[in-house]
Amino acid sequence: MNPFFEARRLTYQYARGPLAVRGVSLEIAPASLTAVIGANGSGKSTLIRMLAGLVRPASGEILLDGLALEKWRPRERAREIAYMPQVTVTAFPFPVVDVVLSGRSPHVPRFRLENERDRATAMEALESTGAAHLANRSLTALSAGERQMVILARALAQEPRLLLLDEPSAALDLKHRAGLMRTLARLRERRGLSVVMITHDLQLTGSLFDRILALRCGEVAAMGAPVDVLRGELLAEIYGEPNVRAQRIGGQTLVWIEA
Amino acid sequence: MKTEPMAAPLRARLAGALALLALLLAAAVALALISGRQRIDWRSVLSDPFARTLFFRLRLPRVLMGVLIGASLALVGAALQALFRNPLADPFTLGVQGGGTLGASIAIALGWSARVLGIPLVFLAAFVGAMLAVFLVKTIASTGMVVLPGALLLAGVVVNLVSGAAVVAIQYVADPDAALRILRWMVGSLDVVGLEPVSRMFFLLAPAWIALLALGRQLHLMAIDEDTAATLGVNVARCETVVHVLCSFIVGVTVAMGGAIGFVGLIVPHAVRLMFGEDLRIVLPGSLLLGAAFLVLADALARSVLPSSELPVGAITGLLGGPMFLWLLRRRQQYSAI
Repeated sequence: MNPFFEARRLTYQYARGPLAVRGVSLEIAPASLTAVIGANGSGKSTLIRMLAGLVRPASGEILLDGLALEKWRPRERAREIAYMPQVTVTAFPFPVVDVVLSGRSPHVPRFRLENERDRATAMEALESTGAAHLANRSLTALSAGERQMVILARALAQEPRLLLLDEPSAALDLKHRAGLMRTLARLRERRGLSVVMITHDLQLTGSLFDRILALRCGEVAAMGAPVDVLRGELLAEIYGEPNVRAQRIGGQTLVWIEA
Repeated sequence: MKTEPMAAPLRARLAGALALLALLLAAAVALALISGRQRIDWRSVLSDPFARTLFFRLRLPRVLMGVLIGASLALVGAALQALFRNPLADPFTLGVQGGGTLGASIAIALGWSARVLGIPLVFLAAFVGAMLAVFLVKTIASTGMVVLPGALLLAGVVVNLVSGAAVVAIQYVADPDAALRILRWMVGSLDVVGLEPVSRMFFLLAPAWIALLALGRQLHLMAIDEDTAATLGVNVARCETVVHVLCSFIVGVTVAMGGAIGFVGLIVPHAVRLMFGEDLRIVLPGSLLLGAAFLVLADALARSVLPSSELPVGAITGLLGGPMFLWLLRRRQQYSAI
């Protein structure tokens, strides 16, 4: 299928720092799942923040439906792209249900309040991440993993076409990791959702994702199907760690570090 | 998976909160109008010219002044807490009032009595002072894109101290008449004669209130998380600028008229949150109403607590607000931001 979202030769430079992202291009087709991997500090988060429109690239362009991202009206863009940050720290004890409901904001007309449908959508999103039981708790009282499920639910309540996730599985236990992957697969199936997800969890990427984008020092080190990217010598190069091993067992790729 | 029942929809909560707080405000105004050293008998207001003067020239304007300033400070406090995601932010702790007081003091010491577009220069000077204070405090506390919550408050305190010192210096240099007028502000008072200054203030403040209330949704999203607010369609940079300007303007006007009345903007939004939840679309209008009621009652107390004379209302709010600030600070483990 044709890509609806394109990033071309993106570059980003922090003030008085080296280039964090160098010439990265990426095309996203509908109903596709892309994993972004790479060592710490390789530019993954910066890349995804550019894709979310949070920071402007120093050079290069990002097109959504052929129109430059910064030309979109913020609220209209928010109906197409949702972003989940690595950590969310709130100063105030917002109830979980309010936080998830805030994901409906781009769909609620100005000077109106959320209606019953919005509330139903929010609760559905909360259920799909397995966090419905937290609805009336306050966000500040949750564990890191629970908080990630809530913030993911907010991104889902936004009903975007493209979901940008910055390490959503980092604080999740095995059960909720499995739940996360099932939810993403289901939404791709049902609604044609596309996902770009940063992860260090290489096991997770092998079976479900269509494509892996590997970054090394801000540059694309490899991009392709998991079978092609998850190879021992390539991973060793990407992470700068010679003892990485990878082996395919059935449909899965096993990655480990040899002591 | 079991679904717990959700809290009542926002619309119902909002209506309930506003109705309750409006009633409270009406009761506070009624109580404040009858309290004071000089008891006012309703029949004599109609017949006795002295009682009428007392009521319409002094008592009523003072109570209305309390309504305007209390509403303003509490609304600004709620907006600043959301904007900076800091439960201890308010016009006083962020140095906004200090900057405004300094600006107004300079204008008075220099004898600027002119008006620009009908707005007294003293108001404008206070507005500029407040703007500069917000800008300075925010710049000092920012590292890159992050505003450090602790540094924000420390910078605010320092701006307040420096402003206070500068105001004292100005008092020494200025002529005695101007010095006396400046001194009155350091404590904050609602003394006002006649309804004209009150109505002038209302027409300056009301548009700014409405503009700030209209930003409720944006402030709500930013209070939860700034980055996600941006990806939810809020123009964060523009919203921040607008809120800074509106808050500085409102605080500038209140400071120019009532002086630096402390902690109203801290106490009131927290009380509204405890009563009606965290949603800024309730907290902002709720703070407006409760702030008015709170300051009117605090002033009624200030007028009647001593048998022979009055306390400045700033002393009452400071005595209530200081401990409240410390209590919030103690509870900071619940608020991860400080």
